[in-house]
Amino acid sequence: MTTERRPPLDAEFQPDLSVDIGPLRLRNPVMTASGTFGYGTEYADLVDFEKLGAIVVKGISLDPWSGNSTPRTVEVASGLINAIGLQNPGVEKFIREHLAQLKRFSTPVIVNIWGRTVEEYAAVARRFDTEEGVAALEINVSCPNIKEGSKLFGTDLTAFRKVVAAVREATRKPMIPKLAPNVSDIGAFARAAEESGADAISLINSVPAMVVDAKTRRPRLANITGGLTGPAIRPIALKLVWEAARATKLPIIGMGGITETEHAAEFMIVGATAVAVGTATFAEPRTAMRIVEGLADYLRRQGMKSVRELIGSLRS
Amino acid sequence: MQTQPPSITIEDAEVLRQEPWQGGYHLLVLRAPFIAPRVQPGQFVHTRLTAPADAILRRPFSVFKADGDTLQILYKPVGRGTSAMCALRPGDSLSLIGPLGRGFPLPRPDAVPVIVAGGYGMAALYLLAKTCPRPGLAFFGGATVEDILCVSDFEVLGWEVRVATEDGSRGVHGLVTAPLDAFLANPSRPSTIELFACGPNGMLRAIAERAHHYSLPAWVSMDRNMGCGLGACLTCVQKVRGPNGHAVWARVCKEGPVFDAQTILWEDEA
Ligand SMILES: Cc1cc2nc3c(=O)[nH]c(=O)nc-3n(C[C@H](O)[C@H](O)[C@H](O)COP(=O)(O)O)c2cc1C
Ligand code: FES
Repeated sequence: MTTERRPPLDAEFQPDLSVDIGPLRLRNPVMTASGTFGYGTEYADLVDFEKLGAIVVKGISLDPWSGNSTPRTVEVASGLINAIGLQNPGVEKFIREHLAQLKRFSTPVIVNIWGRTVEEYAAVARRFDTEEGVAALEINVSCPNIKEGSKLFGTDLTAFRKVVAAVREATRKPMIPKLAPNVSDIGAFARAAEESGADAISLINSVPAMVVDAKTRRPRLANITGGLTGPAIRPIALKLVWEAARATKLPIIGMGGITETEHAAEFMIVGATAVAVGTATFAEPRTAMRIVEGLADYLRRQGMKSVRELIGSLRS
Repeated sequence: MQTQPPSITIEDAEVLRQEPWQGGYHLLVLRAPFIAPRVQPGQFVHTRLTAPADAILRRPFSVFKADGDTLQILYKPVGRGTSAMCALRPGDSLSLIGPLGRGFPLPRPDAVPVIVAGGYGMAALYLLAKTCPRPGLAFFGGATVEDILCVSDFEVLGWEVRVATEDGSRGVHGLVTAPLDAFLANPSRPSTIELFACGPNGMLRAIAERAHHYSLPAWVSMDRNMGCGLGACLTCVQKVRGPNGHAVWARVCKEGPVFDAQTILWEDEA
């Protein structure tokens, strides 16, 4: 672990930005966050995909899913609350129409998957197992387990283990459970992921939240509650990544409110191996690209030859 | 057939002018050399304001006029974002993503174009009026005379403008549908007309009903809260009748904002 500070490197030096997420080598540690980059192609005119570490696409389920009514998002101070409700075209249409497009790029594609039952999770994972062009599966556990009432896969440790183990059985692809922030012990979920065969974990998903219009006394979202994302959650996310990193050896993809290079660096300093940019992409589609460039600069200033030196380099 | 949107870019537009307009509206004139020449009638730009500092999303605006490398936006400061927009001065820059969305189809050469607009919809339909192969008839509605924008702009193009205000301060006393209904029911009106509408949802729905009743083609431009503006976040969705008659979500920012009025499923139908 690097504790002392170093003299800066000269401006021509190209730091090594590559990182490993389990068996997956990424050219740099910056990816898009699921649900904020569509299926990639929506941003093709504006973002150079080849510059990104990986593209994480919007959550996919076995069957098409129509999601929630509108309004689906509401802007709050330094944040966004969304209740899209996981609308997606289903696995077959995704493979036919969207994955086919993404295969033209060399950037690894990580597919975010979800289900309403353990069996559905396993079925989606199995379907992707033999799909070329899928570098890894990220498991979104922030959905209700319909077999067990309102229990969330993401907040009930037993349900979480079951889902991760079932997906592990269903696929040899690298598997990345995505942790929910609203648990009392994030370390327990990180360890459970490791014990159940995960290759990495990602966190955090959005933070449960709501807004009411005082004038009309109505909720501002059709779904009443939603998930808060953006800069407002960054300090919460940072603390959870720090805790998770102390509980597991698995590589961590850190996210929550990253809009600047320094934010990405902060997540890596507390133990993340890679980062994802979500909500910031809406205002500035090129945020992730800009952070990749910014990281090289940042590393030179820190006197680091590789971004891997940054991981877990928090000084006391 | 609706036209395919041209390619999209992010551009730092330079503010050339900012003027107060009537009815609390403001006119913003921008130099945007990439976007301005590519804007099609009915398309929008997604603007990034630098203030307030905690703003998370861009704000979409329909384009009023586009001429060479400049474009004009007519807006009313209603929220925090649009209020911050009033502070822009000549020389400031404003990040735009555009041109976005699918605009109006090319007007049919054999039909008389009829525009129906409420509020800023009058501005949003100006470019369409300008590209129509022949001048047509425009119906403008608003609460008071202050809300009736850009009549002279349409008249310069040779259009006839009929106005209705809810307080009777200009034109017919009532909703815009009053003079429109009178026109549609008149047996001596041209038989081939095509309707284009932009304004509040209730007005658009009324237009869709008229179009259905008289079997007229009608296009409506929908207004929705937006996130990405690019089709990625699924904030802006609207229920429409899909190709096989089933209700499906359409993204207002991508498949819209302009829709065939008969495909829209209004709130209680969805
Ligand atoms: C509109 C929207 C949709 C999202 N959809 C998904 C999703 O389908 N699956 C998922 O695992 N996370 C989803 N997320 C959560 C993000 O991937 C990310 O975890 C969260 O936004 C925190 O990062 P940020 O603050 O940079 O946005 C969504 C977030 C937003 C804002
Ligand atoms: S605003 Fe994001 S999909 Fe339309």
